Amino acid sequence: MPRDELGILSEIKKNFILRKLSDGVRGDGRKFDEFREISIQTNYVPRAAGSAMVTIGKTRILAGVKIEMGEPFPDTPNQGVLTTNVELLPISFPTFESGPPNEVSIEISRVVDRGIREGKTIELKDLVIEEGKKVWIVFIDIDVLDVDGNIFDACNLGAVAALRTAVIPGEAHGLKDAKLPVNNTPVSVTFAKLGDWIVADPTIEEEQMSSARVTVTTTEDGHIRAMQKGLSGTFTWKEIEDAINTSIRLGKEIREKYLKGV
Amino acid sequence: MTLLGTASDIKLINDDGLRLDGRGFDELRPIKIEVNVLNRADGSAYIEWGGNKILVGVYGPREAYPKHSQNINKAFVRARYSMAAFSVDERKRPGPDRRSIEISKVVSEALESAIIVEQFPRAEIDVFIEVLQADAGTRIAGLTASSVAVAAAGIPMRDLVVGCTAGKADGQVLLDLSKEEDNFGQADIPFAILPKTGEVVLMQMDGDLTVEEMSKAHSMLDKALKHIYNLQREALSKSFTDVVAQWGE
Repeated sequence: MPRDELGILSEIKKNFILRKLSDGVRGDGRKFDEFREISIQTNYVPRAAGSAMVTIGKTRILAGVKIEMGEPFPDTPNQGVLTTNVELLPISFPTFESGPPNEVSIEISRVVDRGIREGKTIELKDLVIEEGKKVWIVFIDIDVLDVDGNIFDACNLGAVAALRTAVIPGEAHGLKDAKLPVNNTPVSVTFAKLGDWIVADPTIEEEQMSSARVTVTTTEDGHIRAMQKGLSGTFTWKEIEDAINTSIRLGKEIREKYLKGV
Repeated sequence: MTLLGTASDIKLINDDGLRLDGRGFDELRPIKIEVNVLNRADGSAYIEWGGNKILVGVYGPREAYPKHSQNINKAFVRARYSMAAFSVDERKRPGPDRRSIEISKVVSEALESAIIVEQFPRAEIDVFIEVLQADAGTRIAGLTASSVAVAAAGIPMRDLVVGCTAGKADGQVLLDLSKEEDNFGQADIPFAILPKTGEVVLMQMDGDLTVEEMSKAHSMLDKALKHIYNLQREALSKSFTDVVAQWGE
């Protein structure tokens, strides 16, 4: 998350947000557990096997899936391969730089990857063409285009939506094109802690003044599939439990409202 | 352990309700902590936790470098988690990979929550975690040893950081996963707190858990962390009595 080391967020704005929180509302008028408007536009890049442009408020990411034929890892000859990579493009935030992935983008990639993988979105066993020799390799690449907070959840939604629309390019290899088999729908919900308050789907201002962050990814069966606590602040166990329960509830709403038709 | 095994081939819990290494569900592996094991470091610690062997060296607070990493309000805590090439079954290519970069980040953040960083503006505190042999749970073993090493360096802290893992294998919630349970189980939760208040400073999870299982895992962790905290404190006080024995009161 772009913690702005330059302290660009003004004290006036910080105080405004904190005062609002003590009145029970957020700076932008939302409830503590309310998401901003989400939009998902699939097949944005027809050249990709699957793709999705996702916005959460003013945060915007573009996820693309490419599927290539390749060799399995030697220790998992009966499984396909899944990789997830998030690029924080320099156009998206003043302090982002081009170059190899840094620890921030690696953390986001790995948290999104864990949600997709452990959420059993795709079954890697379904991707085997010839055991030990040929499998499908699914690359999920996510470009962050515009940052206004909560990159984690935008990337998760993009990855899920892109996978759900992806087609395995069999014809290029003398096979048949086929829809990528997709099972579960993991949805992540990220919370930020500001003072003693915890808000879901933080904006960039809320992130810049937050002490701690936690992401909880759940599937439609109400099970927890991935979690990640971040930053140097702390949570009580009660706060973690609340985050888990809220994530299950909001995940269900997001799945119903935005992912059903995808 | 067969190389090509999957979860279904391997029984991780026997008919007597014991784990492959003979432990009960909420039993820790043996843990040993030693303090001040390195000559040049400002503080250091060595931990053996099951088959894990991890050395931690702390350097600092010292002037942060490069200069643009300096923070005028507080010290910058930089933990670097690194695995020896021979520490795992298949040789690990030396140098940071994506996994160790992520671990270094979450461990740095967890340590920063305990260290009174406001006392050292423009400084950095380097914490080097070298995993000599890995046997599941290296990040929390490394973090547990790191906080001891930081304390041994005389750096002021709000509390020690104590970590442990819980998880699920063969459908059972288990404390302190072994390597087999980690590889073939259904969930893994690295977890660390400040023991005095119980505040959570590190938490990750991957796998498949219900809310009830998560709460069960937490109560196992809560009990175990108190025990490990005592081991940390004993190791630290022993390092002081050793000095007294050597140099007199």
